[in-house]
Amino acid sequence: MMIRKLVLLLGVALLPSAALAQMQALPASKTPQAVPTAQADEGGLTGSVTDESEWQDLGIAIPAFPTDQPVPTAAEGGNTEALGRNVARVVYNDLKNNGLFKPVGPDALPGIAYAEVVAPAFQGWRARSAEMLVQGFVKGAPDGRLTVGCYLYDVQLGSELVRQGYVVKPEEWRRAAHKCADMVYSRLSGESPFFDSKIAYIAETGPKDHRRKQLAIMDSDGANHRFITNGQATALTPRYSPDYSKIVYLSYLDGRPRIYVYDIGTGRQNLVTEGKGPTFAPRWSPDGRYILYSMAIAGNTDIYRVPATGGESMRLTNTPGINVGGSYSPDGSKIVFESDRSGSQQVYVMNADGSNQKRISFFGGRAATPEWSPRGDQIAFTHLGGNFRIAVMDPSGGNMRFLTDSWQDEAPTWSPNGRIVQFFRTERNSGKTGIWQVDLTGRNERKLNTPVDGSDPAWGPVLP
Amino acid sequence: MPRHVLTATVLVSALALSACASKPKELPPQPTATTTTTTAPTGPQMTGPAPGSQADFLASVLSDTVHFDTDRYNIDTEDQGVLKSQAQWLARYPGKMVTIEGHCDERGTRDYNIALGERRANAAKNYLVSLGIDAARITTVSYGKERPIALGSDEASYAKNRRAVTITVQ
Repeated sequence: MMIRKLVLLLGVALLPSAALAQMQALPASKTPQAVPTAQADEGGLTGSVTDESEWQDLGIAIPAFPTDQPVPTAAEGGNTEALGRNVARVVYNDLKNNGLFKPVGPDALPGIAYAEVVAPAFQGWRARSAEMLVQGFVKGAPDGRLTVGCYLYDVQLGSELVRQGYVVKPEEWRRAAHKCADMVYSRLSGESPFFDSKIAYIAETGPKDHRRKQLAIMDSDGANHRFITNGQATALTPRYSPDYSKIVYLSYLDGRPRIYVYDIGTGRQNLVTEGKGPTFAPRWSPDGRYILYSMAIAGNTDIYRVPATGGESMRLTNTPGINVGGSYSPDGSKIVFESDRSGSQQVYVMNADGSNQKRISFFGGRAATPEWSPRGDQIAFTHLGGNFRIAVMDPSGGNMRFLTDSWQDEAPTWSPNGRIVQFFRTERNSGKTGIWQVDLTGRNERKLNTPVDGSDPAWGPVLP
Repeated sequence: MPRHVLTATVLVSALALSACASKPKELPPQPTATTTTTTAPTGPQMTGPAPGSQADFLASVLSDTVHFDTDRYNIDTEDQGVLKSQAQWLARYPGKMVTIEGHCDERGTRDYNIALGERRANAAKNYLVSLGIDAARITTVSYGKERPIALGSDEASYAKNRRAVTITVQ
């Protein structure tokens, strides 16, 4: 926690010279700089989920980001002045949808002058009962690049808490906004950032018995949506590679279910392994070097590991029954997976080489689709007992808690910071599906906006 | 921790950039379905389906489908009768190949159901092999819960969807 905060704060001063899009050093505001103290650190959210209610009422004002001089831009809005409002809207929506804050956005606030960005009119914001203030600016450079500045102020103290600047190409303007929202979220919650990330999922259309299933991707807020496959072959269970360059997924291409790696840069895909049987349930290792998959031979399913570039597979499970799925611990040393070797679907943990397989789920009902949290402290899974519900437990199987309560919620995937779980919900009878997310309190649940129905979400890490 | 450092250091890699750059604002158009029109063969009119055809298979066997209990894949007495009738047809047309499709009801998780459908298709295959049909003539494919035939979310529909279907390869 301490280290990360230091990096965030020092980052502004230390990191001005990366290629292409980059962090930009910003002028300090004309306010006292808040020094992070141990007390401030302890004010952040910890592993406990009981103390989040206090953040609910934290009022954050986010006025439109002014520009020094309106110039045309290819980014949304057409000029830097309109873009500044759009940037503030994205920051506002990120923070609002997260559920922890009560932000007020640019459409409900007066605009500010460019000079005010570094010299906030605190008195006025106090009168509006704002506790925190996010101000920023947008500048257009002659080469089309945009500089977005982002400042977080404590209104009561009248001081600057943190600032960051980003240089982006016009088509990446939303990333600058997500970075700004991440900065605010991290500074106020003490958690790692997660807004600047993407989701791969399966877009679903058509009737229940003729469902068209296409691989699709989108930003964490649903923007920049794009279909990857055309739906002629059923696509299922995608996973982004840790560096976002590839997606591994299941396709029924040529009528045979097999896993493929799709390269986003080239638009080509290749068969990872020519198995003797159908291959499915693919997953990446945290370093992106390996792919876990499941293969059925003569009706028996086991978990295998293959280098992501192809090569020889290593069999990890070797028991009669269905051993399927799998999710690495963040350090890559262990794998949590699902097996019915005991007679029903339950969750097991093994070492990454397949040794030391141990069942960890011993509560009532069945337990399926385990996914290890990126911070390592929790495993999310689908609990089957009457209805399908999303639940979490610790890696030893203790402290099981339900996060959702619906007819059929399935296939959890973690936000990059391990604070939010996404899953898909199926409607009874109609078979319509939608992607939902819930935070670890189980209270802040919402449906994501997708152009069509959606299932099998897979949340990637924070963008590099 | 390294991830945080990276986050603060570089905003975007060149790779992500190029991926973003080519991102269309509008959704790509959906492909149109390919339709193949086959003209009905003219010639001597036959009564009944052509011998060895899928229609002949359907007319000759008790059923092309066997059903399973929840989360089970055993071949019960009724299934045995159905598969025996399929084996008799296969014995009559030794050049014919079949694919057995395994299916599940919607009340299972996706990956598990693919594995379970494979198990069911294999159970049917193994029974046909036990009746003397060459294993090389039978391929299996699992559709998990992806292709229901009964559309309700009720036990009657689930029972119809837990199935293995034999289809002749023409």
